[in-house]
Amino acid sequence: MIHRFLPLLVTSAVLVVGFLLCAAQFPAFASLRVVGNLLTDNAFLGITAVGMTFVILSGGIDLSVGAVIGFTTVLLAVLIEQGGWHPFSAFAVALAVAGGFGAAMGAVIHVFQMPPFIVTLAGMFVARGLGFVLSTDSIPINHPLYAEMGDMALRFDGGGKLTLPALLMLGVVAAAVVCAHWTRFGANLYALGGNRQSAELMGVPVGRTTVAVYALSGLLAGLAGIVFSLYTGAGYSLAATGVELDTITAVVIGGTQLTGGYGYVIGTFIGVLIQGLIQTYITFDGSLSSWWTKIAIGVLLFVFILLQKGLLAVWTGRGGAPAEA
Amino acid sequence: MTDPTPTASPPLLAIRGLSKAFLGVQALDGVDFTVRHGEIHALLGENGAGKSTLIKTLTGVYQRDAGTVTLEGRAIAPRGVEEAQRLHIGTVYQEVNLLPNLSVAENLFLGRQPMRFGFVDRGAMRRRARAVLLPYGLSLDVTAPLGRFSVATQQIVAIARAVDMSAKVLILDEPTASLDAQEVTVLFKVMRTLRSRGIGIVFVTHFLDQVYALCDRITVLRNGRLVGERRTAELPRIDLVAMMLGRELEAAAHRIAPTMDDAEEDARPPLVRFRGYGKARSVEPFDLDIRPGEVVGLAGLLGSGRTETARLVFGMDRADRGEAAVDGQAVRLRGPRDAIRLGFGFCPEDRKKEGIVGALSVRENIILALQARQGWLRPIPRRRQEEIADRFIRLLDIRTPHAEQPIQLLSGGNQQKALLARWLATEPRLLILDEPTRGIDVGAHAEIIRLIERLCADGMALLVVSSELEEIVAYSRRVVVLRDRRHVAELRGGEVAVDRIVAAIASEPAVAGEPRP
Repeated sequence: MIHRFLPLLVTSAVLVVGFLLCAAQFPAFASLRVVGNLLTDNAFLGITAVGMTFVILSGGIDLSVGAVIGFTTVLLAVLIEQGGWHPFSAFAVALAVAGGFGAAMGAVIHVFQMPPFIVTLAGMFVARGLGFVLSTDSIPINHPLYAEMGDMALRFDGGGKLTLPALLMLGVVAAAVVCAHWTRFGANLYALGGNRQSAELMGVPVGRTTVAVYALSGLLAGLAGIVFSLYTGAGYSLAATGVELDTITAVVIGGTQLTGGYGYVIGTFIGVLIQGLIQTYITFDGSLSSWWTKIAIGVLLFVFILLQKGLLAVWTGRGGAPAEA
Repeated sequence: MTDPTPTASPPLLAIRGLSKAFLGVQALDGVDFTVRHGEIHALLGENGAGKSTLIKTLTGVYQRDAGTVTLEGRAIAPRGVEEAQRLHIGTVYQEVNLLPNLSVAENLFLGRQPMRFGFVDRGAMRRRARAVLLPYGLSLDVTAPLGRFSVATQQIVAIARAVDMSAKVLILDEPTASLDAQEVTVLFKVMRTLRSRGIGIVFVTHFLDQVYALCDRITVLRNGRLVGERRTAELPRIDLVAMMLGRELEAAAHRIAPTMDDAEEDARPPLVRFRGYGKARSVEPFDLDIRPGEVVGLAGLLGSGRTETARLVFGMDRADRGEAAVDGQAVRLRGPRDAIRLGFGFCPEDRKKEGIVGALSVRENIILALQARQGWLRPIPRRRQEEIADRFIRLLDIRTPHAEQPIQLLSGGNQQKALLARWLATEPRLLILDEPTRGIDVGAHAEIIRLIERLCADGMALLVVSSELEEIVAYSRRVVVLRDRRHVAELRGGEVAVDRIVAAIASEPAVAGEPRP
């Protein structure tokens, strides 16, 4: 019973132990303020990583998410600042465009039976390029509503607060957990990642599910773009470069298998927090170069992949024996 | 439903005059097939008989060219597996087509989960999964991933899913091929229970013992045609084998190769000696000696363990019991590389998949095994390569314009000869040939048989697998007969004859339901 959740437990343990170590070294670490900031700073990453988890669970990959975030921020800045749009209308358009972009990639992947890696790689270049077509400059967004939304937060004693981005991320994660385990769409995703052919024989609507999962990933990248623009107060086509790799890292550290079919959304959330924790530690320390974040994450990623490989070997080794039958 | 074969009621499934051709090849030619309520009906036939085409036409994977299919008197024409399932025809394949990463409950209810307030009711799903599996005698953790259970359990879950989705006809396509004896017993119990519930089961298998243990009726196909439908109780095994192989037993061909004195022959030390050699789920432990200059034939129906024996001898599959010795020295065969080092060669059955490298030239294909044995760091000089290639092209009369022709442009028989040349170039002491004459024309056929005789006269030991009984009889000094993955008989000298082989294949098992060691 326990071993199905073992990757998840290990990830959680890493987070808890890491947090305790940080708190031991810097007493100020163990405060609601730090935790609140951790959530806010990584909100856009967390939202994107949820979409990535779904795509990877279904046996695919989406390399376009970072570029879609960048494109979304530029689109918002152009619509609001140069077009004079109300932010809410701009949000609606941005979400529709990002979701539609993902759906189009999903359709190409399904209809032409193309590898998702190539299709979304092309999508990445297209989205990044479109951002530059709109504007090559970083455009500040000065709409009063932006300032207002930036201030919006649930405040706690001791200076801790849950900002709008943090709340959005928590909401997305909660909704995604429900979607993964209590809807037919979720079951179909796991089925698709387990074995596409079997899933089709068992009546899973393969085409619809493929299109939907990439549309969802695009939509969440669009939402992450909105959050990112709230967080930075600007739109820039070079924003969120490499975020697709950060999200894949979070998904893998969270215990999801890159080949699809096995994993949990909540694991990805913890993976995001671990990355944020390392970053926060380096900020606290002050003397370490920020590149140590990358090194630490790289080592961690490597360890987790080895762990998965080992666990898989143990499970499949037992698979031949009639375990409980 | 106490009578397993009610004759008065209208048939559950009736197929009449079913035909299907692929690119001009008639895979099914006017086949009739009837399944009644509450019967287990064996569908038998050798390779190319049309069994899988019949099943795929029935389940909507293929569309039929002609004929009618009626289910309880209603004409049906499913256009896909899903539609067939909706029309109450469920199929379970040898390779379980379920999802190992999902839980047992999710596998049972994928696409039809119990819902509450728009969300999957996981509690209800678990309860219903347990209830569905109860009649099958399965009580297991339905939340555990399916992949953690044995193949047999997975197969029963697949059957449970198909039956629960209201199957009236259940097609089991070689369900026992990867099960052990105990798992087969469990599966049979499930099948008998389903029969008593009035479900019609189509059972495709290669195991004759299982057919006689379980089935009410037998339909035999051969070369896309219906040979006949019989009640199992009224069909002796020997007649069944004759129906499947399509030959009159009186017309027995006797061996034509010259015989050495058997006693004198047996006294010679064997080149290879296997004792209690076997592998679970592949071949039962067997004893086998092969002497230099001797041809040993492996005969049996498809799936009887012929190819598996050959693969074990060559180390392609690793034996999990028994001992092997070469020249009286104990050896371990951990892989083909070990076998090649000991001087073994192997020409596989499926030369397109396992043998030739299509885009490489005839010369490169011939040189491949020799180069592999030498190691790739010591390339054979081009001059020597050409000499070797030219020698074998002449020796085996390989019809090719020149040695540099890509091998895929050659005819099947010439590809086969080039493959043979590949192993002959390594001067093997034991050559294993799996179906050396399959898919080649009659002229090349005769040449390959002549070649086998010549090789053996030169002192090479040969182990030959073939479905062509006359052919085996023609060149083998000894024939090992296999049935249901067991070596059931060894015929030698004057005993080597087609009728003796057929009789051995059809013989009753010594002890019914004998547990495997």
